[in-house]
Amino acid sequence: MSDAPFIEIRNAAKSFGALEVLKDINLTVEKGQIVAIIGPSGSGKSTLLRAINELDPLTSGEVWLDGVQINKDLPFRQYEKHVNQVRQDIGMVFQHFNLFPHLTVRGNITLAPKMLKGLSDKEVNELAEEQLKRVGMLERIDYYPSQLSGGQKQRVAIARALAMKPKVMLFDEATSALDPELVEEVNLVMKQLAEEHMTMIIVTHEMGFAQDVCDRVLFMDQGYVVEEGSPDVVFRNPTQDRTKDFLKKHLQGQN
Amino acid sequence: MDFDLMMRVFPFFLEAALVTVQLSILTAILGLICGSLGAAARLSRLRFFRAIGATYVSIIRGTPALIQIFILYFGGPQIGIQLDAFSAGVIGLSVNIGAYMTETIRGAIISVDKGQMEAARTLGMSRWQTMRNVIIPQAARLMVRPLGVNINALIKGTALVAAISVIELTYTAQRYIGSTYKPFEMFLISGALYMIIIYVTGRGIAWLDRKVQIT
Ligand SMILES: Nc1ncnc2c1ncn2[C@@H]1O[C@H](COP(=O)(O)OP(=O)(O)OP(=O)(O)O)[C@@H](O)[C@H]1O
Ligand SMILES: [Mg+2]
Repeated sequence: MSDAPFIEIRNAAKSFGALEVLKDINLTVEKGQIVAIIGPSGSGKSTLLRAINELDPLTSGEVWLDGVQINKDLPFRQYEKHVNQVRQDIGMVFQHFNLFPHLTVRGNITLAPKMLKGLSDKEVNELAEEQLKRVGMLERIDYYPSQLSGGQKQRVAIARALAMKPKVMLFDEATSALDPELVEEVNLVMKQLAEEHMTMIIVTHEMGFAQDVCDRVLFMDQGYVVEEGSPDVVFRNPTQDRTKDFLKKHLQGQN
Repeated sequence: MDFDLMMRVFPFFLEAALVTVQLSILTAILGLICGSLGAAARLSRLRFFRAIGATYVSIIRGTPALIQIFILYFGGPQIGIQLDAFSAGVIGLSVNIGAYMTETIRGAIISVDKGQMEAARTLGMSRWQTMRNVIIPQAARLMVRPLGVNINALIKGTALVAAISVIELTYTAQRYIGSTYKPFEMFLISGALYMIIIYVTGRGIAWLDRKVQIT
């Protein structure tokens, strides 16, 4: 078990009706690795990410995390119990934050740990404060989401995911909905997580960020992983024409 | 206009208004229960419950409320359901408004952003935990106004049970018309009292709506 990869996706395929969105994807991620997924719109990046925590279950193939198969084929009740358990180990951050608007920042962070980890009020409050400190949002602990800027919302959303003490963090275009001047504060938090060796899979349109922070880059197109490798290789010496075309469009004005 | 007569019968109309208020409150409570169950059925994972919910809504909304009340009150004894007029009225009206409330509640729940369910489920919360702690608190805020519309309709709908001789505002007007031959005055008193009940309820709902809005 110890030499098995931390995260392994095997022969993953996914269709929405007749539309094949993922086609035979294989991916392994080591503990502490940071993987960027790039590619054109509609290439299946989000779907792949959402397959990892069963938000969009695969049509076929397997997803493993730390020796546990995530997408087990089980009767409904057992399946629900299983995914509720394994999802606690997989933090996810969404493009549109998805904070709970009826709860304060504190409420957003404590809701799930209180319910799922059997922690006392005191313990979850400490947990919330600790996680908010990590993302630099402690002073906003009693604010409502509507009182925060986009960048602040996203940092709170990251703290909310971290409060479950996940083994891996998934980011689906965490900065795409932000005003340009607010992108950096979220990127900084993600860089800090990278320095703490959090395992992360990051779907992003920010090539610069992927280059700076990630150990590996996957380029996806039309449901396939077309190319993968270190940022240096993928960004500077891509072998596939589709990668070159994509990068030509997206690196304009960046380097 | 015969004001003298109006003053004399007014106390009896006030009593009748009280019955209308009782009918309205009981119907609102039972209707909300029917509506919540209906919405739960309509949103169930299981096709069977969804079918029951959809059938309930389409039968009730597809037939006149008066016929539903008649079936219950006059037809009931034939199949062993013996109810006094007031109970038949409350149950008939509740089942009726419950179908409309089913759609209101369901509408509010499905209009909560899908990302809310995803975010909560991603943290490991179950479907029901998410419903209870995330979706319903947000949907509740969205449903106050449209439920207010249902309640407004329900109050006016209580007039129907005059047809099964529940002594409420409409029936009382009809009764006094029989002895005074003054339909204008009698219906005017009833109408005014309905309006007061509806106005007060409307203010209450507006207050509640303001109170539940997110800061
Ligand atoms: N729930 C769904 N039902 C049907 N089709 C879907 C669904 N979700 C995604 N798709 C389709 O699957 C394909 C891949 O979508 P996906 O969201 O994974 O792309 P993406 O690479 O994340 O794109 P973007 O960069 O625009 O976010 C698209 O064609 C999309 O329309
Ligand atoms: Mg996407």
